[in-house]
Amino acid sequence: MSTLEMSGMAVRRPLDVQAPQIDVFKRQDRLFHRLTLLFAVLVLAALAGILISLTIEALPTFRAFGAAFLWSDVWSVPDDRFGALISIYGTISTSLIALLIGVPVSFGIALFLTESCPVWLRRPLGTAIELLAGIPSIIYGIWGLFIFAPLFASHVQPWLQSLFGDLPLIGGLVAGPPIGVSILAAGIVLALMVIPFIASVMRDVFETVPPVLKESAYGVGCTTWEVVWNIVLPYTRVGVIGGIMLGLGRALGETMAVTFVIGNANRIATSLFSPGNSIASVLANEFGEADPGLHTSSLFALGLVLFVITFLVLGLSRWLVQRANARQGN
Amino acid sequence: MNVYGRRLLINRLGIGVSMIAMAFGLAALMWILWTLFSRGFAALSWDFFTHDTPAPGSAAGGLRNAIVGSLLIVGLTTGVSTPIGILAGIYLAEFGDTSKFAASTRFVTDIMLSAPSIVIGLFVYALMVVTLGGFSGWAGSVALSLIAIPVVVRTTENMLRLVPASLREAAFAVGAPRWQVSLKVSLRSVRAGVVTGILLAIARVTGETAPLLFTALNNQFFSTDMSQPMGNLPVVIFQFAMSPYDNWVHLAWGGALLIALLVLAINVGARLLFRQTNTP
Repeated sequence: MSTLEMSGMAVRRPLDVQAPQIDVFKRQDRLFHRLTLLFAVLVLAALAGILISLTIEALPTFRAFGAAFLWSDVWSVPDDRFGALISIYGTISTSLIALLIGVPVSFGIALFLTESCPVWLRRPLGTAIELLAGIPSIIYGIWGLFIFAPLFASHVQPWLQSLFGDLPLIGGLVAGPPIGVSILAAGIVLALMVIPFIASVMRDVFETVPPVLKESAYGVGCTTWEVVWNIVLPYTRVGVIGGIMLGLGRALGETMAVTFVIGNANRIATSLFSPGNSIASVLANEFGEADPGLHTSSLFALGLVLFVITFLVLGLSRWLVQRANARQGN
Repeated sequence: MNVYGRRLLINRLGIGVSMIAMAFGLAALMWILWTLFSRGFAALSWDFFTHDTPAPGSAAGGLRNAIVGSLLIVGLTTGVSTPIGILAGIYLAEFGDTSKFAASTRFVTDIMLSAPSIVIGLFVYALMVVTLGGFSGWAGSVALSLIAIPVVVRTTENMLRLVPASLREAAFAVGAPRWQVSLKVSLRSVRAGVVTGILLAIARVTGETAPLLFTALNNQFFSTDMSQPMGNLPVVIFQFAMSPYDNWVHLAWGGALLIALLVLAINVGARLLFRQTNTP
């Protein structure tokens, strides 16, 4: 007891002597805390700033057309009348096509990398996929414009038309002159862009499945497909959905991969072979030369719509992930 | 057919279809890379690096002004977003463990990570181009910083969370103030991870085109004045690829290859750095 007190005394005295130093440290700490806080606030303020400034710039449009801006299919610069429906339709349809193609392919890649790939190939192939996910989207765009679209027009489109053109319903989807640039072409290029991204997320979550689970399934005689379908997918459902949603978020906001190949036509096309436009492509094409006034304001309104759509998609995916995590108790 | 045979058939079908999908996807991606390399290398030459972008209709030319512009804009972006991102990341990891404010900042960072980059371009246009009276390299850098900062914040926070509590406690025990513990102990011990995050952020913004369209715009002439519109590789590629001139399209492919190589090199560098410091 006495030694403890003595050691306590021994510690206390130098502290008293150094009290000014402690005050200095305290002041520095408070400053440091506030400094880091300031920058964290800055990040938060950036998002608020984006929402506020887009809303302010978009106000004249919503004042002029009301909420009908969202479902009006008129976009006419000479008449100064604007509606968002055509580009919302283009944005959503190209993104859905991208997911429809991209998700199965990504699943195939992730399945191959985690289940049936020779071990020596796993690492290089996985790294290659991750590196591909970093390739700037403009490269997908110019490849789509110069290589893919012409080939699509000369080979794929006539073939699809001869295959499906005479069927009732489906025939309408492939109607129209085969000129390459189209909603479908944009969807396919987008798919190629999101594949490396979704595939690397899927591979990461597939690898989190405990080997014991898979081994016990194999042990009772399951086939590879049954293991993947009944063990791996249910176990990683949340991560897979999160990855797909992130891919969707990318596809919705993508500008360059789409602008080159969508054809930039201002109409709603029932055929997937017709050119169209998306919110991002309209912004990229028109904003630079837009007249101040209603045209510019409407473009800001389009940007706001796009931001809100991606915000909802990302928020939804986060909520899904969090809810699933909470249910699992971690 | 017996149950066993059917299960085997389903297995072969399922795996077979997945493999075909994979082969198709990988083949298309390889095709893109092959096109990029064959067309891009054909465009690279000495003139490519020493001449400025040509006027419409004139022959030859290079991308010197765009390369320099891109380097300046991305360099400034790195300088701005590194300290901001690291300090905000430190706040989230060291001070904002459970607070509502920290939770919402994390949420916002996640949103900003995948926010459409063209919308960020619109925002900076309204914020800087309209108010300051013109397109400028500064505005381009601010737009790119808004994309880079969330990446740095996220990786810094994730890395700092890996620092063992015992390391911090040891530093506190010898009487170090909090800021020294954060900067000189925690941050230093995960330096490699944080640098990786910064490199990934640079790789991400190097190829971004959409946010530069309405901010830095483009400049046909060589310029190092950040307050003026500034030539940059992505926008030049965009404009030249859409143009009717053959030599412009040629240059666009060269520029695309240059950007892709740069991004790949940064990504590979980040990976090597991270692997080197994380394997004992």
